[in-house]
Formats: sequence, C-alpha cells, structure tokens
Amino acid sequence: MDHDATGRAIAEPGDRRTREPGTAAGGPRLGRRRLLRLLGLGALGVAPLPVLPELIRAAGRDEPVQGTGDPARTRDGRIRQWVMIIDLRSCDGCQSVGQPPRCTAACIEGHFAPEPMEWIEVFEADLPGGGTQFIPTPCQHCQNPPCVNVCPVAATFSTPEGTVLIDQDRCIGCRICMASCPYDRRFFNWGDAPVPPESLLADYSPEHQVPVRRGTVMKCDFCPDMARAGTLPYCIQACPQRALYYGDLEEDVATNGRALVSVSRFLAENQAERQKEELGTKPRVYYIPGHGEAVGRDVFTPGREPTEWPWMERAAEAVTWQR
Amino acid sequence: MAAVSAWRGRLEETALAPIRRTGLRYWALVAFLLAVLGWGAYAYWTQLRDGLVVTGMRDRISWGLYIATFVFFIGISHAGTLISAILRVSQARWRTPVTRMAEFITVVALVCGASFVIIDLGRPDRVLNVFAYGRWQSPIIWDVLAITTYLTASITYLFVPMIPDLALFRDRLAGRTSRWRGWLYRALAIGWDGTAAQWRSLGSAIGVLMILIIPIAVSVHTVVSWIFAMTMRVPWNSALFGAFFVAGAIFSGIAILIIVMAILRRGYHLDEYVTEKHFLYLGYLMAAFAAIMIYANISELVTHGYKMEEGVEFHFRQLFLTQFGALYWFYLLGGLVAPIVIALLPWTRNVRGMVAAALLVTMAMWIERYVIVVSGLRVPLMAYPPADYAPTWVEWSLLAAGLALFALLITLFTKVFPIIAVWEVAEEGEASTAAPGTDRRAVPETMELAGGTGR
Repeated sequence: MDHDATGRAIAEPGDRRTREPGTAAGGPRLGRRRLLRLLGLGALGVAPLPVLPELIRAAGRDEPVQGTGDPARTRDGRIRQWVMIIDLRSCDGCQSVGQPPRCTAACIEGHFAPEPMEWIEVFEADLPGGGTQFIPTPCQHCQNPPCVNVCPVAATFSTPEGTVLIDQDRCIGCRICMASCPYDRRFFNWGDAPVPPESLLADYSPEHQVPVRRGTVMKCDFCPDMARAGTLPYCIQACPQRALYYGDLEEDVATNGRALVSVSRFLAENQAERQKEELGTKPRVYYIPGHGEAVGRDVFTPGREPTEWPWMERAAEAVTWQR
Repeated sequence: MAAVSAWRGRLEETALAPIRRTGLRYWALVAFLLAVLGWGAYAYWTQLRDGLVVTGMRDRISWGLYIATFVFFIGISHAGTLISAILRVSQARWRTPVTRMAEFITVVALVCGASFVIIDLGRPDRVLNVFAYGRWQSPIIWDVLAITTYLTASITYLFVPMIPDLALFRDRLAGRTSRWRGWLYRALAIGWDGTAAQWRSLGSAIGVLMILIIPIAVSVHTVVSWIFAMTMRVPWNSALFGAFFVAGAIFSGIAILIIVMAILRRGYHLDEYVTEKHFLYLGYLMAAFAAIMIYANISELVTHGYKMEEGVEFHFRQLFLTQFGALYWFYLLGGLVAPIVIALLPWTRNVRGMVAAALLVTMAMWIERYVIVVSGLRVPLMAYPPADYAPTWVEWSLLAAGLALFALLITLFTKVFPIIAVWEVAEEGEASTAAPGTDRRAVPETMELAGGTGR
C-alpha cells in the first residue's frame, strides 16, 4: 500500500515505535485487533449475502413442475422412451401434394401454434452433388440437452420418458435456451400472437402448451400425452407419405401409422443418422438418409409451399412477426 | 505548517463545494437526464404493454442491443476495481484523487447493467423465479450470483474508504445543511472521530477489501462471457472468452473513467487535483490494454479463421465484409489502434487527446459487445437464410435511458458524497510537500500498519 512509502519518508521516531508489532502494549492492541477482525469478517460476511436466496430455494427444490402426467410404461413396468424416426427417402416436402408440408400444418392446428412458429419445420438443404433434400425438423429431444443445461429456473427440463419440455408458467423469458439450442428449434412469444379463441379454454400443461403465454419460449413437446392415450402425434398422423415414425426405444417398436418396425433393426439396416451428431447432444430424433426418392421426387425440383397459419382472419387486433 | 494546512483547507473546500453550491446548470442537466429517463420509461411501458415484439429481436437473433448494453455496463464497472484495487495493491500513488470517482462508476454501472437484464426478460414479473428455482448449473445464475456479490462488495468498497470523508462532511456541515444531509452524514460516518485505533481498523479493512474485490471483479466478467461461451454457437465457442471479456471490461472501464474525470474536473474545478498527469497515465494504461485487446483479437481470429470450420467462413464474411463490416473495422481501427497512436504521438499526448481516445474506446467497446452478441446469433444453424436484426426505437430509447441513468446517478452522487478522497489526497499531498512531524499524529500509524499488511 502507498501508506507504507509515505510513512517511511517521514521516518519519525514516534512512528517507528508503533511500527514494531512486538513492542506495542498488549491490552489496547488486542482490542484493536478484535475490531479489525470484526471489520474484515463483516466485509466477508456481506459478500456472500446473495447466496441466501439460493439456500432458501434449496429447501423448496422438490416442488413439482406442473402438469406433466405419469410416464408411460411398458407392460412389465419399464418407462417408455419416446423416439421419432424420419425416413427422408419418403419425404418430398409435400411437393407431390402441392400443399405446405402437412406435418407442420397438422402440428400448428393441433397445438394452436401461433404464427410464425413451426415446431416441426421442413428445411430444404443442399445436397453435396447438387439438388436438395427436405428435412422435417422437430425438437430433437436431446439426451444431453444444451437448453436444459443453461435454463436458470428449470423451466425447461428432461422427463423420465426422455423428452424435453417447457413449463411456460415458470419460464422467465431470458432466451438463453434459444441461444444454446444448436437446432434452432425454440420459439419465443414476442407479442400476443393471433390464436383461435377456443384455445384459451384449454387446460394448460407443459405437454400440451395451450394457450400460449406471452414472453415465454415454446417448442415441439413430442406429444407424450397423445402417445399415452394411444394416438400418434399430429405430425405423424398427417404425413401423406408415411415418412414419420414414432415409437418407444424401450420396447423397440415404432410405427408410421401403417407399418410397425423394430426400431433397432430399422435404424441399423438403413444407416440412420442424427443431426449434428458431433455436438454430443444425443438427439431422440433419427433420420434415414434420403431425398424423397422412395416417393419419386426429383432432387433437382427445389422449393416447397410456404407454411400457413389459419389463425390470422380470426384474431382482429393480433400482432404478428417474422422469424 | 501553515502552507500545509492552507493546502488542506483548500482541498476540503474543493470537496465540499459541490454540496454547498448548486448552480442552474446542474439542475438543467438533471432535468435533461430525467427527461431522457422519462422517455425511456415510456418506451419500456410500450414494451411491457405489447411484449418484446416492439424490439427488433426475433427467434433467430434472440438477443440484441439489451444484452450488448448489459455486457457493456458490467464491463465499465471494472473501472473502480482497476483504479482503486489493482492500482492500490501496486502502490500507484497517483491514483488517489480519482479513486472515489472510479468507485462511483463501478457501483452505478453495475446497477445500470443489471437493469438491462431485467429489461431484456420476456417475463420481468417472474424475475424472482431466479431465486425461487435457480439452478447452479445455469450461467445466468452464475451471473446473478457474481453480479450481486460484486455489487455488494463494491458498495462496501466505496463506503469504507469514504468513512473519514463522511465524518469530515458531518463535522464541517454540522448545522449548515439540510436536516436529512446532517442525519445522513452522521449515520454513514458511523462514529468516526479519527482515533489511532479507527485509522488502523480502516487500513486493515481497506487492505482486506482491495484484495477481495479483485477476484470478484475478474469472476464477474468471466461469467458474463460464459453466458455466450457455454452455448453451441460457432463464434462464441472459445476458451479465451473469459479473459478476453475481462480485458475488454478493464479497457472500457478506463475509458469511462477518463470521460467522467474530464466532466467532473471541469464541472467542479478539480484542476488542482485531477491533473494532466492523471489523464496521461490512464491514457497509457488504456493504450496498454488496447494492445492486449489486439493480441486477444488476433489469437481469437487466427485460431478460428485458419481452420475455417463449419460456419466460420460465414462469420468472417459478416464480420469483415458485409453485415458488421463498418462496425467491426471501426472497432479494430478506431477503438484498438487509435488509442495507441494517440498515446504515442507527442502532439496528442494531452488531456484533449486522451479524452478523445476515451470516447473512441467507449463507443468501440459498446460496438464490440453488440457485434459479438448479434453476429454470434446470426450464423445460421440450419438450412435457412440468415436472419437480420436492427434495434427499434424502443431499444435505442432504452439505451439512451440507460446512459442517462448512469449519468444521473453519478451526478446525484457528486451532490451528496465527497467526489475526492480527501484524506487519501491529503496524505499524499502532505507526504509530497514533506512537512515532517506537524499535525500528523494518527495518520502515520495507519500507514505503517496498512503498509505492513500490504507487503
């Protein structure tokens, strides 16, 4: 400290006496020392004050996230592990139907998803040798989910069934999950998007994110409530080419609504891949490589019909936005 | 002895002057800042009413000006730590007259920075969820903890060395000022009467605090950078980020300090204490940090650019050529190279030159934060055309309001608290005028003891 040098410059005999710790009288020194210690401890004690709420939180840790149902189980009691397989050989981006991708449309209508959200979005990617392929992309339901890792309030969480859900009643809207999702699969309610009035009557749960809540994040929930009730997710039901399969890793079965396949055999025999495997996110969505060849699509016919949201004419004063 | 006490009297009067006299210009400034804040409040009300849709942010570029400004403010809060802790530890004695200003900046910048996180939230009504459900695993929680700890520590570190000056105000203004001020100084001086024991305690407390605050400050900006570095975005994927952000924080902190010094020096006639030397030394320090920043940028850009992994080519194009080209080149040339040139050239090596350099650096560092945030999110993750982002009037208004809040809090501070660390400057001045053994009974004891712990 600078005091030292100044003190030395003076070099007063009186000062020097106080400098020797050993020679000072015992009584008052002890008192001072205690005072010093108090001050130091006080400073140290104030610094971790912000930790206190954390400790309070720890007590209430077990509070359940609202509205998730009991996990589905196989007959012998194992928890089902939902999985989606997308056979790109059969996906032509609904070019042959001449309509916007039916999976996206069914998902929007089933979930009353506000514009411009496409929880399952059909991307058109360039093939290495020219031409394009269509890649329907729902939330990948990672087993090492970057979004769950970074969420400050556990509003997005992994379930025992291996899905990733969002509790819009807890989400604070910080959007760090959107920054961390490597698949661009999260959507924010930037304003009051147009939704049909009947959606407002729905019972909200993280498995059925209706009605929308402004200022929170949404995404594909893998429809576990529907799967438990014995129906397939909207997107699977709607695919005209039966390119989408939904199933259970635990029992090793999946279906596209017509055929039943053994998941492990189907994946192994068709060189299945996952998107951005190198990131280590371990998605639950598998892809069979292809570009619609099984349904006769020509790779050099690009483009698909743009997605539509049927809600606009129903909501008079609604705002909308672009992605 | 007479000379010394006259000098000290003048020092005390200078410190007391802002409290004794308040001119019309001061109130005009306060009114202006309040007007800007009011405008910002209107903008924020619009955002609360309609949602974040009134900003330019969207799903693909989901953070923007707010987060950039948050990082910027947290960055400039490092001014205080640098000047009053790092320079105190390294015994740079020239720092004493500007210590208090730097500590003001720290506290005020932290308050402003933290408010931008809240402004950015989609659900500010649920901000307490952070305490109710906070997860240790989330970088946001690291930030909440680091910033609240830093704020607590820097308020303490502002307050403790101010106690003798508050006691001076209490004594000199007794009965000559409004009742609340009298009460405030009495309460805050916590019974200081300058006994040897008190000086000793003070020296120790400062010694503990100044060591404690350095790792806290470093941790704060490190975890701020980790908000970005912990995500899977190509331009943010860097182990250098923490150190890079800390260096940038101190760099911008010095710049803001130079600007605040220049304004307060002119406004409160502090020329005798805040001299050209302070501007030059801080300017040199700023140039040194500019060199560190250049080094950090080169190592960052080369390790990414040499390999050109997925997404890097796109990032480099937007950085140097297209989207962010003008901003990024301004940052590199105006913000990093120019301060070094200004410090090197003899004819710009003066107060005016350093203030100009500081203004450049401040702008450049805000731009840097903006470019880091927006360009990082702009690199497409999937097969979609890159999104674009431009802040709307709401965001610009809130930026203006944030800067106005910063200026207003500093302005109000100067009217309540001593802007110059009187006792530290006095010690310094009396030591240099070297009038040995006059009326310095208590002070040297502190010096000795504090010096002992410092060594």
